Amino acid sequence: MTLKDIIDTLKAEVIVDCNNISRTIKCACATDLMSEVLYYSISNAILITGLVRSHAVRTADVAEIDAVIFTKSKKPDSETIEFARNKGISIVVTPLSTFAACGMLYEKGLRCCPEEEMKEKSGKG
Amino acid sequence: MVKDKTQKILSGSFNILGGDFSNSGIASTELKSILSKIGIDGKKLRRASIATFEAEMNVIIYANAGTLRYEVDGRELKITVQDMGPGIEDINLAMTEGYSTAPEWVREMGWGAGMGLPNMKKNADELKINSVVGEGTTVELVINLS
Repeated sequence: MTLKDIIDTLKAEVIVDCNNISRTIKCACATDLMSEVLYYSISNAILITGLVRSHAVRTADVAEIDAVIFTKSKKPDSETIEFARNKGISIVVTPLSTFAACGMLYEKGLRCCPEEEMKEKSGKG
Repeated sequence: MVKDKTQKILSGSFNILGGDFSNSGIASTELKSILSKIGIDGKKLRRASIATFEAEMNVIIYANAGTLRYEVDGRELKITVQDMGPGIEDINLAMTEGYSTAPEWVREMGWGAGMGLPNMKKNADELKINSVVGEGTTVELVINLS
């Protein structure tokens, strides 16, 4: 499903639009623990979180996540918005809880991001 | 650009202030931008960024202050994070996924899940940790570029 499909499903408001809402999203990570975000293999993915802090978006940048979905209508501050815009990470806010948002997206076929595969890691078996 | 006899391509450092959660991840994202500009491969860049981010967060969470140094040559990217913190009593235990000594207020901020060192190990080609209780910890990460 595309990011636009996700926005429509979650009845979400776009706070930062990085011109990627037509991008296909393959998986989602839903957590408030930032190290969990870094644990998963995440490309073409979204992060669903209730942690509306700038380091959630910085973590998303490191993990190369396409968009961050903040739940329960929590909106980020201007510093977070500016950082996301500079890094090309869209920010979307949904009135739904994290649980409800995950459930609705799961019903539409979106699945959890897989654990990081390290096959390409040099020198490691 | 720095060049010396070992053909170092690029090097630099960042200072990290302990407890400075408002700037958490800034050093790592800055380094990611720098490495991206010199053409580090996407997957290697991602691994380096994740390992660096976790190392930076450990300084912020546990130490008074620290320094992140990076060196790139044709063969490898080496990142050294040295801090003035409490040190790690049992490194093997600290490497266990889910084991954390972070206080509750840190966990409420989304950190301290006990995944920092395991994430560093997963993403680095080489990881060395030296720590002295009461003095501090030095983490050395290597990403092979060749």
